[in-house]
Amino acid sequence: MSSPSIRVESVSKSYGETKAVNNISLTVEKGELYGLIGPDGAGKTTLFRMLTSLLVPDSGKAEVEGFDIVNDYKNLRRILGYMPGRFSLYHDLTVEENLAFFATIFGTTIKDNYDLIRDIYIQIEPFKNRKAGKLSGGMKQKLALSCALIHKPEVLFLDEPTTGVDAVSRKEFWEMLKTLQKKGITIMVSTPYMDEAALCDHVALIQKGNILSIDTPEKIRSQYKFPLMRIRTDNMYILPVDLRSFPGSESAYRFGDSVHFSTKEELQHPGLRNFLESKGHHQIEIEKIEPDIEDCFMAFLRNEKREWRNNRL
Amino acid sequence: MHRFLGFVKKEFFHIFRDGRTMLVLFGIPVVQLLIFGYVVTNEIKDIKIAIFDQSKDEVTIEISNKIISSGYFKLEKNLDNISNIEEIFREGYVKEVIVFEPDFARKFEREGIAAIQILADASDANTANLIVNYTNAIIMDYVKKVNGSNQMPMKIEPEVRMIYNEGMKGVYMFVPGTMALILMLVSAMMTSISIAREKEMGTMEVLLVSPLKPFQIVTGKVIPYVVFAFINAVTIIVIGHFVFGMPIKGSVLFLLAESFLFISMALSLGILISTMAKSQQVAMFISVFVLMLPTLLLSGFIFPIENMPVILQWLSYIMPPKYFIIIIKNIMLKGTGIAFVWKETLILFGMMLFFIAVSVKKFKIRLE
Repeated sequence: MSSPSIRVESVSKSYGETKAVNNISLTVEKGELYGLIGPDGAGKTTLFRMLTSLLVPDSGKAEVEGFDIVNDYKNLRRILGYMPGRFSLYHDLTVEENLAFFATIFGTTIKDNYDLIRDIYIQIEPFKNRKAGKLSGGMKQKLALSCALIHKPEVLFLDEPTTGVDAVSRKEFWEMLKTLQKKGITIMVSTPYMDEAALCDHVALIQKGNILSIDTPEKIRSQYKFPLMRIRTDNMYILPVDLRSFPGSESAYRFGDSVHFSTKEELQHPGLRNFLESKGHHQIEIEKIEPDIEDCFMAFLRNEKREWRNNRL
Repeated sequence: MHRFLGFVKKEFFHIFRDGRTMLVLFGIPVVQLLIFGYVVTNEIKDIKIAIFDQSKDEVTIEISNKIISSGYFKLEKNLDNISNIEEIFREGYVKEVIVFEPDFARKFEREGIAAIQILADASDANTANLIVNYTNAIIMDYVKKVNGSNQMPMKIEPEVRMIYNEGMKGVYMFVPGTMALILMLVSAMMTSISIAREKEMGTMEVLLVSPLKPFQIVTGKVIPYVVFAFINAVTIIVIGHFVFGMPIKGSVLFLLAESFLFISMALSLGILISTMAKSQQVAMFISVFVLMLPTLLLSGFIFPIENMPVILQWLSYIMPPKYFIIIIKNIMLKGTGIAFVWKETLILFGMMLFFIAVSVKKFKIRLE
């Protein structure tokens, strides 16, 4: 049994009154692709900055590859690759100059580590003389990843790498991460996109500095205990409100162009269809679906609120 | 070392690729020097005057010629009627009118006293004062010469000599002042902005996480600006000397060494600012209000420190440019060496150490 790559023990961090990270503990095994999933402002970036030694936790302990994030930050900085949320590239330098610069400050060269980045870099190499500021979001992302990888880090921290990137590039990006994972690099990635969670080995759902759940994506989904359906009608605007007034309703949330509706118990479609027709909806489509991570996330949030309310009573 | 050089190289790329930075680095110093040289000047040159000579004898003509040929004045018009005086002032070109009384030569020779009236347009009070003094001096000079041959009764007359700047030339003031201003601008403002930019772009996070030491990051940022500030210093000295005739009586090497000290001091101040400023705008703001304005107003560059209220005089003691201006004036105009400016040099050096110490203490190896 090898020791874990990242170990976080009851770490907290506040900015004034706001608790950005509240007593979080988690463990990431070597070679894992670990997802930190949560909406904006959940505390993902703060946790990343603590793990990359950029911030000191108020309390708690954390280790990355055996290096304490506070006392051993110098050694830690040598073995980690970090890609901050806003692809920190030099916009006035060309693609190649950016990569060469990051290689130099880590005491290596593009040539030495070309193997590791080849698959990624080859896609942006045709634009190597273009200024980084003139690249598309997807290309910036690939360049930033190449820069974070150029010194062969043992652990890779990617803070919201897919934000502001088109769907095709996002898919490509996750494929790249899978390839990197096969090379033995531990990867911790944060994202606000719940659909990306399914691609991780383990995910931690995080909200307002608290962890809601940590598990494999499959297990998280299997914990979802309500019947779930996707509903579309001609009046999407009022639909969630109407659905919540349905007897035995558990939740109704807008998901893209449809509403995900769950009930406390199994129920018959005609009853629901009649209910919606009586509310004036037409072209009603109801389809039973399997829950995805976002459904689970919402369920966890509701649970939290209920518990919180119960505790208060 | 290789890492460090890579960092410095990147810094040069930033500078050469940004038009605005290049403009601030190379355009502004030259333009500013030329503006101060040609526009903001308190020198008297070719002031337009009119003469109302009611006597037109050999004495008045000689005095008139002496005034006009001095180079300070230019005769615009000979008046023949007293009522023309006001009219010509109203037109605004003529700043001074000299009136000789009738029978001037005869009165001067027989009675030993003759009257000249000098009228000056005091809507610009400083200039009026200056031109009246100049005119006076020229007339007194003439009187003295005449008296000298006549062995007139002894008379004590103060002879004022403006040492080190006999012609009261503005260039002697503005070259050191501009130099202090520009070196401050280039060094302090540009470094603080360039460090703040890394913070703003988020690249500072990656730099901090890299094996580069904070010391290397800061030095790497500063080195290009040391080079450019030094080039500027040399440019200003060269233009000042060859275009505006600023003398360099002391050792050029010593002058450059002192400039280097001042640049280092300004850079450490820039680093200090950047440790406080989170964005480029804040860095710019602090630089302008904490550095530029006091440099202009309190260093003795434009307004003499002796005339300021006591509180501002005290304040001027903590203005680094003040000491630099004193030092380079000493070197350029008096040709003195370290023996006379060691105190000021030491103060600048102390300020530099202080700024570096505070910066090192404030520079964060982390984000907060």
